[in-house]
Formats: sequence, structure tokens, C-alpha cells
Amino acid sequence: MKLTLLPLLLCLLSFPLWASFETYEFSTTHNEMRYFHLSKELRCPTCQNQNISDSDAPLAADLRRELHRMIESGYDDDAILDFMVSRFGDFVHYRPRVAPETYLLWYGPFVLLFVGFGAVLMVARNRRLRAAAVQDAQVTDTAEESAGVTPLTPQERERLENLLRQDKNL
Amino acid sequence: MIPELGTFSTILALCLALILSVVPMVGAYTGNKLWVDYARPLAKGVFFFLTLAMALLAYSFQTDDFSVVYVAQSSNTNLPWYYKFSAIWGGHEGSLLLWVWIQAFWTLAVAIKSKNLPLDIVGRVLAVMGMITVAFLLFILFTSSPFERFLPNAPMEGADLNPLLQDFGLIVHPPALYMGYVGLSVAFSFAIAALLSGRLDAAWARWSRPWTNVAWAFLTLGIALGSWWAYYELGWGGWWFWDPVENASLMPWLVATALIHSLAVTEKRGVFKSWTVLLAISAFCLSLLGTFLVRSGVLTSVHAFATDPERGVFILGMLIFVIGGSLLLYAIRAGSVKSESSFALSSRESLLLVNNILFTVACAMVLIGTLYPLVMDALNLGKISVGPPYFNALFVPLMSLMVVFLGIAAFSRWKETPVSLLSSKLWLPGVLSVVAALATHWLYSGSIEFWVLLALLLSYWIVFTWGREYLTRLRIRKDWLANMTRQSRSYYGMLLGHLGVAVMIVGIAMVTVFVEHRDARMAPGDQLEFRGYTFIFDGARKVQGPNYVSDMARVRVLKDGQPFREMFPEKRKYTARSMVMTQVALDPGFTRDLYIAMGEELENGAWAMRLQFKPFVRWIWLGALLMTAGGLLAASDPRYRKQDKREAAERGSYA
Repeated sequence: MKLTLLPLLLCLLSFPLWASFETYEFSTTHNEMRYFHLSKELRCPTCQNQNISDSDAPLAADLRRELHRMIESGYDDDAILDFMVSRFGDFVHYRPRVAPETYLLWYGPFVLLFVGFGAVLMVARNRRLRAAAVQDAQVTDTAEESAGVTPLTPQERERLENLLRQDKNL
Repeated sequence: MIPELGTFSTILALCLALILSVVPMVGAYTGNKLWVDYARPLAKGVFFFLTLAMALLAYSFQTDDFSVVYVAQSSNTNLPWYYKFSAIWGGHEGSLLLWVWIQAFWTLAVAIKSKNLPLDIVGRVLAVMGMITVAFLLFILFTSSPFERFLPNAPMEGADLNPLLQDFGLIVHPPALYMGYVGLSVAFSFAIAALLSGRLDAAWARWSRPWTNVAWAFLTLGIALGSWWAYYELGWGGWWFWDPVENASLMPWLVATALIHSLAVTEKRGVFKSWTVLLAISAFCLSLLGTFLVRSGVLTSVHAFATDPERGVFILGMLIFVIGGSLLLYAIRAGSVKSESSFALSSRESLLLVNNILFTVACAMVLIGTLYPLVMDALNLGKISVGPPYFNALFVPLMSLMVVFLGIAAFSRWKETPVSLLSSKLWLPGVLSVVAALATHWLYSGSIEFWVLLALLLSYWIVFTWGREYLTRLRIRKDWLANMTRQSRSYYGMLLGHLGVAVMIVGIAMVTVFVEHRDARMAPGDQLEFRGYTFIFDGARKVQGPNYVSDMARVRVLKDGQPFREMFPEKRKYTARSMVMTQVALDPGFTRDLYIAMGEELENGAWAMRLQFKPFVRWIWLGALLMTAGGLLAASDPRYRKQDKREAAERGSYA
């Protein structure tokens, strides 16, 4: 224990503490926009969870320089991303590619949504059918007792009216 | 001595919480009123001893007692007193103590504010809350006590609070967020109590509603404060990073949002009962899951201050117990629940169910996205990153669809709404939204941006549909003022909340699309001009702070050539930890923020500077504040208390 613990704790707090950036020149504003866009989609491989634009790690700075060079040498976005992925793996790209192992990730939510809307339709339909069935039963059996319902007494009816009046404004 | 008293006080709280979780519960089952009556005093006792523990920890911080490990790790003699106070929750141990103290606070609030509830329900609710308190207190005492000591050799000086946390944001963000997280335990406890008692009815929904609204409001506020803090403190000018820790707070929020809507249906119409209970259980389980993800170090995150895998095992165990146990109870009891009424496909019930579907799917999407890399890695399928491009691509369409239904719902009625009524009311707001969106966009910027147009369209859609609905209510009788005051607080709360959504959407789209920034090398005397502002760099000088030294730059800002403002961004070096931090200079405004951050020092007194123009960024948090206000206003509706009182009186007269 004692003070030996403290340096260890400091290491745990490997938080990026300042935004680091270079002042690159771009030949066109379109290239500049592409640079900002791509530097937000690429993940710094050595950091905890940061894109290369926000990270101050040396590797992130290297990647920014590389990104700037490739954009200015005329590579298109796909070529740059392919290059980065081939060098650092899928980990480097914040937008996972659509492949069999990521189908669940990309399509799972849509399947859920589909199922959910299906459920809404089913529930609403079932409720209506059941309500209709109950009504039919009441009409044909004529007796409310058969549905387990006893008619309201005058006092109960008066209470119900009161309640309804009170609830009207809510 | 003082820290030992703190431990002792925590242990006493644990003992009382143990009794609280057993005796009233048994009393409720056996019908022993005396045993159930123990619940309220015990809740007060737990709160008292945890407050004492908090006060003792605060005392250790204020007196710089570095023999306490936790104080030595996160404080320093030079730290200002208010940060010594907020440092209580600056690390793992203290934030757990804060968590459990807030849990005790909510338990106390339920104990005091539940005079009108049936006694057996109060007993069960407080007992369930007691169980949660027990679990967290065990966790604190066994794995993460803030009262541990360095003995006999205590350090002379503390390691200082992480400079990032030396900020107003730390004082307010965690307590607000925890109020929300832990507040969901009230809804959870009501749900469990209802399942246990077998009385899952509209009354249950009405009891839970105000509590859930307050918890939701605090959760909204907590998340917004976190976003605002990240915006000005991290120096990147981002306000949401889709970081796992942010996702951990967003997931309970999404489900809680579904829950407050679903509770409305259950209370008013007696349908969706078992679904609502499931949401109440899920919301709290997700906040536990969030704690697990954040505190166990399972997820790598920029926010992961002080994580520890061994503690993760404890939380995981607790998580399995709570989720498994409550779902088991749900499976046994929920099947017997009957709906009290029917509804058509075109009805307010259906639309609220659609709201629930969209929010739960969004939550599932965030959960999948957050956990996917972990699962892929565990199955040896490779390391991938799921980041903002993924979340934005799926979240934005889901929420846009949500807003479309939100507008339609304005004119929907319970049970059945003729489609012809909907279309007759909706076409005018629809046309107006399109026109207004196009006009606004054209006035703000010549070029048409799809996302901004969509956002404006959706915002106007909310404003016009709900505005029209409100106007209809005002026209019921001649006297407009009387019509205005006749509307209930819950109604105004709902309007405010929905208005908040509209405001937030505008902020998000505008700042994302129309943000403009310049990264530039600036030597003294250099100037830069964009968006009608001229920034003149006057150079930087050294400034000595209480526990840091800083390079402070002076930037003069001219607006249309006229002197407008001076801004002082800083680069601070905190001496105790020799950490460097950017202190951004902000000029906040209703329609735009000016944002200056300093980068590296270059040669000859020149600095790399990042200047940003962020349009409408404040609207994001303004929207969240409106939602918070709406939630609180709705919860304050006197009808909850009135009806409870009436029921209590009736029960009394029948007994």
C-alpha cells in the first residue's frame, strides 16, 4: 500500500486531456470537409474510445498525417478506408462493415421493429375481437349475470356519475 | 476515528436495511399490521445513518485526512473547498455511497409521501427498496469502502482530484443522474410489490406515475448536464459521443420514456398492465446494467475512471439476481392479469403502444451496438468498433418515425378514433410544417440541407399539431383564460415535454450540419474571419491558479468589424498530477456559441487554435430542460394526491 499505489492510479486515469490538432492546408474546401468527416469515422487504435480527430495520441497524429496525405493525393474515401482497415483491422473503422457476422447488428433492430409493429396490429385486432365476442355473449344470453356482472344499484350509479364528473377535466 | 465512525454508521444502515427488507414483507403476507408499521421508521433510520456516513466522509475531505485512502486518491490540500465537497463522488467508492444515499433518500420520500396508500403495499414497496439498499451496502462494505485507511503511514499530500472533474459539472451532474437512475427503483419496487400482492390494477399505475415522472425528469436533467459538461470541458465541442457510458444512461432513459407513456394508458384505460410492469422492471435493470458496464471495466470508455474487474463480479451477481428474480416473478404472476377494456387499431392506446415499440427498439439497438464488440471479441470473431456512424444511422430514423406518430397522437382519442377525424385535423398542421420548414431553412441558409429540412419539418409538426390541439381546448368555452387555467398540470407537463423534443431536434440538426470550425496557427496579431466574426489573437501569458499554472490566451472578437468581446481560452497544467488540460473560452448565445480551444504551443509565441461557430447548440439542453420541467410539472399534479386521499377515505369508511 502506501504511496506506491498512487502512480498506479494515475496510470488508470489515461484520459485524453486536451484536444490536439494540426493546422493542415487543403487544396479545396471539399477535401477539408472529407478530412473532418473521415477523421471522425476512424478510431484511434491505441486509445480507449476516441476518433483520431479528438485523440492526442502519437499514433492518432500519424493517422491524421496519413489521412491528409491520401486525401491530397487524390484517393477516394473508400480507398482510404480500405487502406486503414487493411493496416489496422476492422477495429479502426467506427462504422462496422455489413458482413454475415454483423447482420444481427445492422438488421436486428429492423427485425425487432417489424415484429413490434406486427404485435401492435395483433393486439389491437385481438382486443376488438374479444370485445365483440363479449358483446355477442351479452346480447344472446340476455342475462348480465352470465358474464358475472350485476347491475348497478342506484347508490353505485350516483357514485359513478360523481366520479365521471370529477374525471372529466383530467 | 471519524472514518471508523463512517464505517460503523454504514454497517448500522445495513442492519436497519436488512430488517426493513424482511419484517414489513413478512408482515404484509401474514397480515400483521404491527410488523408492516416498522417499515417507515426503518426507512428513516437507514436514511439517517447513511446521511451521517456521507457527512463523515465530507468531514474527512474538508479536513484533508489523507490517512483515508479514498481522500488521498481524490483530494489535495490545494483543492478549493467546493471541489473537496464534490470529490466525495469523484471516484468509485464515493459515488457508490452517493448512490446508496440517494436510494435511502427515495425510500424515505416514499415512506413520507405514501400516507394514502394501503399499508400492505407501502410495506412491500419499502421492503423491496430495502433489499436494493442491502445489496448496494454489501457491495460498498465488502469491495469498495470509502473509509479504508492507510495505516500507520499516511501520505502527507493527496493525489488531487482528476482535473477534468474539478468543475461545476461534477458538482451537479452525478447527483442529478443518480437521482434519475435510483429513482427508477421506486417504479421497480411498486411493480414488484404489485406482482407480489397480485393487485396489478389502475390504482397501482396511478401510485407509480408521479414517482416515475420525477425519476424520469431527473434522468433527463442528469444526461443533459453530462452532455453540457462534456461539451465545454473536453475541448472538442462535441455534445454526445455515443460512448458506452453515455449509452448506459441513455438506455434506461429510453425505457423510462416508454414507461411514463405506458403508465398513462394503464392508469386511464386499464390495458397493457403486464407490459407496463415489464417496462418498470426493465428500466431499473438497465440502470443496474449501466452501473455494471461502467464500474466493472468490461467496456473500454473514455469515461472509465477507476474501474476494477473484481467488483464487476459482485455487480454481475447482483444483476443476475435482480433481473432473474424479478423476471421469474413476472413470469409467474403476469399471466393472470386481465385487461379491463378493448381498443381499436386507430386509437390513442395503439399510438402509445407504437411509441413504446419505437422506444424499446431504440433501446435494444443501443444495447446491441454497445455490446456487439464485446460479444464478437468473446466469440473470437474479431475486434470491431461500433461508433457514432452506426448509432446515428439507426437512431435518427427510429426517432424521426417516433415524432411523426407523436404529431398524429395529438388528436387521437381513447378506444377509437375515426381515421377521417385524424386526417381532417392533421392536414393543416402538415401543410403548415412543410411551408414553415422550407421558409425557415431558406431564411437561415441559401442551400437546402436534407437533415436540417427534415429536423425543421419534424419540429414544426410537433408544434403545429399539439398547438392546434391546445387551441381546440381553449375554444371549448368563451372565456379563454378560464379554459387555460382549467387544463391540468399533467396536461401542461406533457405539452412542455413535447415542446422540449421539438426544440432539441432543431438544436441537434443545426449544430451538426451548420457547425463551422477553423484550426489555425495564430501568432500574436494574427486574425481570422468567418461567419461575420473576426478573431484577433493577442498572444498568451502565464497565469498562476490555486492548484495549476496556465497559459492564457487573449482573443479579441469583432462582430461585423465592431468590437464585440474578449475571450480567454487557457491551457492549464495541474501541478499535483502534472496533467495538462484545455480550458475552452465560450461565448454562449441563444442562436450560436463561439468556442475557442487552445492546442499546442508553436514557435515564437504562436499557438495552434481551434475556433468554432456552433449554431443553436444551446437548444439541445434547452429542450432537455423543457422536458425536465414537463416531467416535474406533471408529477406535481394535485389529482394524484386528491384521488389517493379520496380512496383512502373510502377504504376507511368500508373497513
